Amino acid sequence: MTVSIHPLKKYTRSHITRTTTCPGCGIGIVSQAILRAIDELEFNMDDFVFVSGIGCSAWIPSPLYNTDTLHTTHGRPIAFATGVKLGLPNKNVMVISGDGDLAAIGGNHLIHAARRNINLTVILLNNGIYGMTGGQTAPTTPRGLTTITSPYGTMEHNFDITPMVVTAGASYAARWTTYHPRQMTRSIKKAIQKKGFALIEAMSQCPVQYGRVSKLGKAVDMLKDFKVNSVKINKARNMEPEALLGKIVIGEFVDIEKAELSEECMNLRRKMMEAM
Amino acid sequence: MSRNKKVLTGTHFEMGNWACAEGAIAAGCNFVAGYPITPASEVANRLAARLPRVNGTFLQTEDEIGAICSAIGASWVGCKAMTVTSGPGISLMQENIGFAVATETPLVIIDVQRFGPSTGVPSVGLAADMVQVARGSHGDYQIIALSPESPQEMFDLTIRAFSLAEAYRVPVFLMADGFIGHMREQIVIPEEDRTKIKQRKIAEQSVSVLDRRDFLDVKVAPMPVFGLGLKAHVTSSCHDEHGMRNLSDPAVMHTYVMNPIKKIVNHRDDIVQVEDDCIDAEVALVSYGTVSRSARAAAGLARKNGLKVGTFRMLTCWPFPDKEIRQLAENVEYMLVLENNTGQMYPYIKAEAAHACRVSFLGPQTLGQIHDPEYILSHLNRR
Amino acid sequence: MVQTDLTIAGVGGQGSILAGVILGSAAVTNDGKYATQTQAYSSELRGGFAVTWVIIADEPVVFPRVTQPDILVAQAQDSITRFGDSVNPDGILIYDEDMVIEPPGYIKRIYKIPATSLARHEIQAPITANIVMLGALCKITGVVSRDALEKAIAMSVPRGKESLNRDAFNLGFEGVKAC
Repeated sequence: MTVSIHPLKKYTRSHITRTTTCPGCGIGIVSQAILRAIDELEFNMDDFVFVSGIGCSAWIPSPLYNTDTLHTTHGRPIAFATGVKLGLPNKNVMVISGDGDLAAIGGNHLIHAARRNINLTVILLNNGIYGMTGGQTAPTTPRGLTTITSPYGTMEHNFDITPMVVTAGASYAARWTTYHPRQMTRSIKKAIQKKGFALIEAMSQCPVQYGRVSKLGKAVDMLKDFKVNSVKINKARNMEPEALLGKIVIGEFVDIEKAELSEECMNLRRKMMEAM
Repeated sequence: MSRNKKVLTGTHFEMGNWACAEGAIAAGCNFVAGYPITPASEVANRLAARLPRVNGTFLQTEDEIGAICSAIGASWVGCKAMTVTSGPGISLMQENIGFAVATETPLVIIDVQRFGPSTGVPSVGLAADMVQVARGSHGDYQIIALSPESPQEMFDLTIRAFSLAEAYRVPVFLMADGFIGHMREQIVIPEEDRTKIKQRKIAEQSVSVLDRRDFLDVKVAPMPVFGLGLKAHVTSSCHDEHGMRNLSDPAVMHTYVMNPIKKIVNHRDDIVQVEDDCIDAEVALVSYGTVSRSARAAAGLARKNGLKVGTFRMLTCWPFPDKEIRQLAENVEYMLVLENNTGQMYPYIKAEAAHACRVSFLGPQTLGQIHDPEYILSHLNRR
Repeated sequence: MVQTDLTIAGVGGQGSILAGVILGSAAVTNDGKYATQTQAYSSELRGGFAVTWVIIADEPVVFPRVTQPDILVAQAQDSITRFGDSVNPDGILIYDEDMVIEPPGYIKRIYKIPATSLARHEIQAPITANIVMLGALCKITGVVSRDALEKAIAMSVPRGKESLNRDAFNLGFEGVKAC
């Protein structure tokens, strides 16, 4: 019998044989995009520290990825990762968590990390809903959608996360959907190599919760919806706001160079020590 | 005295908050995160200037939650990490104090306590957080908290806090207050080689975390510090001794809570420090922190008046010095508990002492202003 | 044990608290004594009340609060209103006569000096009125030695302002008068 081994299996803990995701979840696609990016850049897993928060997508690196992984409290992975990066400036520090974790309870850390321009790669999986706790409305839930905590339809407006993080000062920010795994992998590679705060907003399907309440259906239907409703950022720039309603703008939103915090701290220490 | 010396040896006349910052430097602290708050700001202000000169990093965060989280993150990469705040900041940090407990993270938390509840009076000291630091985070756990009575002890006990944090892989509190934080007194900083600090043990390489015991050892597991290729698995969820998440096995759940508690309780004789000056005393004035100085002055006055009064001071408030209080209760007739609050440690003291002697509580005449010794004496005379 | 409790009070911006810090520093680092210094002030940085309490002793200070000062140095009328009553009846009051209009009758030993106008007209530096008061305090009480205090002043003031402040100190030391 021939045994076939997944080419990315070498990056996972050998004793972890199953994941915690539901059938059809977008997490698998995003997780593979992350590991492919690492593989294509020929990094070793020990070059990375992964930090995650609370929620389904926070369990991508913990316990799967075979390196130092820090699974933290709800909303705080970016704050933890800031301490990790400042203490280990030569490692790649990647945060993987969801929209509820990073943009609701942890929204303040997200915008301040972008403002500081600290060299973190943040993979924010946006499924537009609280999946793990049973389908509650999120700050990313489209207005009007009926969820278990918005039984008469959400009355609130939703966050447009990537532009918000761009405004806050990120060096790199891109948004893709799970229908675009190759583009997402390319962006993750750029984000890892970017010296500065980098965000990948990965629109990801949650068929069990979001698919049900939105009546979009199963995973395949949701992926088709991502395909139909995605608009490239270049095209979107020439479109009227009304024409963009209900659309997902994808692509690179920012890619710039500017002073980065962990390096600035290192330079300050060196300068001060030399003066002694 | 050189401006760039690592440890500023010699005699100084400075604030308690200054002493705390210098204690951290003397202990080898190299990462501090904080958010401005009265009456604790001077500690962070000084460290912002001092740390880069000793190859360390200071980070001013967006809030106290960010401060404690980034300090914990830094501790996991091998830094000697600290955060500093006051009551409102402790309230915000509570969830992640529990994280540090659960993941066995060495961390020093300076609480320069202030007058509350709520915004209260920022610049006035009150021993307001004595219970919230021990019981404020959700879940069941033990904590270490030290109580300095002077700027000198804000130096000495900050060093001890680092030593305990590193030795036991736990968060350790220094419970100062606005009064001694802003008080200036003589501070003697000894030569660097005379400061003894315990260092954390680091885990050894293995193929998998399943081949190591990284957590839940009552004798303190070596820490799988990040960046060394140890492939550590650290989680806030219930976990086994390898750090692997386990949300189904009741025996693992039991150990997850019990062993970090036992780690502290089993070592309590090494951790607990008290100052017992009650030989031949019939009355013991029991206190901690700044109020201890009122107690000592009152005992002096009382002895001049022929009363057999002694003092008993808790330098360690948590783990609670139960054994020492029980012993004291058996040797005195009356125990008067003095605190600059409405009696936060009192129930714990009374529970250990009431079987053997009479116990009562006396707060200051005016909350926030430590007891006038004459006031304590008049209470003793009325007794 | 010999212990002296002092209150130095004024309004924000007069440097009362700095005067207390310098006094304590002189006692500890130059006279080999023990000292405890605490303070209180209103939230506004200028114009509110400001007070420092200093205890100087030849043994470590046990009780760190000043409840009945042996000496009150008053840089403002407000200082008398707030702290005059607390002074030990056998104690000493030293006040800036430019700022205090009505010294209290119940303190036996009272001294005055026109600290603000001396600082303004003699050395063109009204900001040094607190140092003038320290000169007066040193002359009247000797709670710390002149040498220790002069050294502590030189250490505490901005570089280049040492001689100006020495002049301020001398103005106080020479100019203080009993009432």
